[in-house]
Amino acid sequence: MSQPALTKRTSWQMIVTLLLFGFMYFPILVLAFYSFNASRYSSRWEGFSLRWYESLLNDSRILSSLQDSLFVAFCAVGVSAILGTMMAVGLAKYRFFGKGVYRGVSYLPLIIPDIAIAVATLVFLATLGVRLNIWTIVAAHVVFCLAYIAVVVSSRLANLNPHLEEAALDLGATPLQAFIKVLLPELMPAIVSGCLLAFVLSMDDLLIASFTAGGGANTLPMEIFSRVRTGVKPDINALSVVLILFSGALAFLAEYLRYRSDRRQFRQ
Amino acid sequence: MSTTTPTSPLTEQPKFRSSWTQKLSRLVQPFVLLAPAGVWLLLLLVLPALLILELSLIPGFRLGQAAGAYGLGNYFDIFQFTYLQVIGRSIYFALGATTLCLLLGFPVAYWIALMAPKHWRNLLLVAFILPLWTSSLLRAYAWITILRPSGVLNSMLAALHLPTQNWLNQSPAVFIGMAYSFLPYMVLILYASLEKLDTRLLEAAADLGATPQQSFWKITVPQTLPGIAAGCLLVFITSVGDFVVPELLGGASSMTMSRLIYNQFLGATRNWGFGSALSMIMILAVSLAIALLLRYGDRNSSLS
Repeated sequence: MSQPALTKRTSWQMIVTLLLFGFMYFPILVLAFYSFNASRYSSRWEGFSLRWYESLLNDSRILSSLQDSLFVAFCAVGVSAILGTMMAVGLAKYRFFGKGVYRGVSYLPLIIPDIAIAVATLVFLATLGVRLNIWTIVAAHVVFCLAYIAVVVSSRLANLNPHLEEAALDLGATPLQAFIKVLLPELMPAIVSGCLLAFVLSMDDLLIASFTAGGGANTLPMEIFSRVRTGVKPDINALSVVLILFSGALAFLAEYLRYRSDRRQFRQ
Repeated sequence: MSTTTPTSPLTEQPKFRSSWTQKLSRLVQPFVLLAPAGVWLLLLLVLPALLILELSLIPGFRLGQAAGAYGLGNYFDIFQFTYLQVIGRSIYFALGATTLCLLLGFPVAYWIALMAPKHWRNLLLVAFILPLWTSSLLRAYAWITILRPSGVLNSMLAALHLPTQNWLNQSPAVFIGMAYSFLPYMVLILYASLEKLDTRLLEAAADLGATPQQSFWKITVPQTLPGIAAGCLLVFITSVGDFVVPELLGGASSMTMSRLIYNQFLGATRNWGFGSALSMIMILAVSLAIALLLRYGDRNSSLS
């Protein structure tokens, strides 16, 4: 039998794919190129230099905004990891009145544009007269971090063997023991990979932080936004390279964890 | 304990030993698991949404002013040429970005899912969506560096003796930036859909004498239609609400809905009532799209 065109070696689809891989990585390479270029304005190569990385390290505004961003991301992801996991487990285990509505609301932050969430949160906090500061950013970030972690954990729960926890209960474990000793270790790769995703999203959020910071805090995206809006800044190239390497590493870690847990599941 | 027969395991606990403490714990357990997140979402998502609904119904509401009477004034204000133009432009950008992503993303997803060496597929997919993990601001900023008049693109065009382009702060830059930002979503969803394609049907069609074009339009497209719909809607929704790309690459003449809303709240205008009405329109439009997706789309690939 002649195989259809699917196994051909070179095809136009492959060429398009290669070109688009180029398209996806070209901007990143451009940033890297500029970050090592000694010249300030020229797109020509004028010698290798680490001066932009140096100026980045001495930039106290960038460093303090990085600190704010990391603080927000760690707090928001920490809280969301606990609440999101509990929510995913609760939704998988129980049937109750209004479950559809609850699930629907928990998915909303994945879909509603950031600007609408940002506006709503600002209006709400202003109505209550809450002073805006770094904690209001954390509270707002928990909303979407929660949703992402819950989705990742839910998809893992759906593929899990339900008899393991049941067996623990039959053998006399309390529901809490069964949860901590049996279910939680099984869910851990999903929780960690959900957390990494939520962390990156929190570090990337501009709109919600801008609306809920109120001058009390300045996150990294807010700082970058206010700078790049007014033109091209060579030290931002260096910052891009650092951040891209960092989030690339996180992405690989998340994918690796998911891949490994999928394989382990497959063997069972 | 051995008397209990395992029933549907996740929904019921063993019925044996059913004392009042256990009944209580069965009642309390779902509450303990679901209430904290529920309260958080209620306080910081549902109530705020209801509040902007209320604000949108107060014409000309500004922070620090006494609230006026309820009315639909803010919604009527939207029907001015300038604002309709803004909405139209947002939809135009989103439609353009969606079309570009579909046209560019389909061959990529197709090749990775069906034609690439099997062991490489996962890795290729991860590599393709990897840029999605990096800061969206910095990705848009990278395009400023490329597209600005003395940027990389024009240096390359000049070197090839081609006419230089002035795309930054014009619509082409917005299309490029959006297509770049959202292409990974499209590829991810199309991949999930194409991976499930029954390739035996393609073989059968080939054996029966169908040309590749015929089997593509008669087998591949119909089978992956739910994925195509899901991908298009996701890209459309994300790009219609996007702020970063039009703001950084679009320039002053490319005002979109999210930039307009941003200005109503954090800019000079401070017309919170009008901004809320615009936000409500956006939420309603997105909800409508989601409803369509859930009604007609493929449930498995829609939220993956």
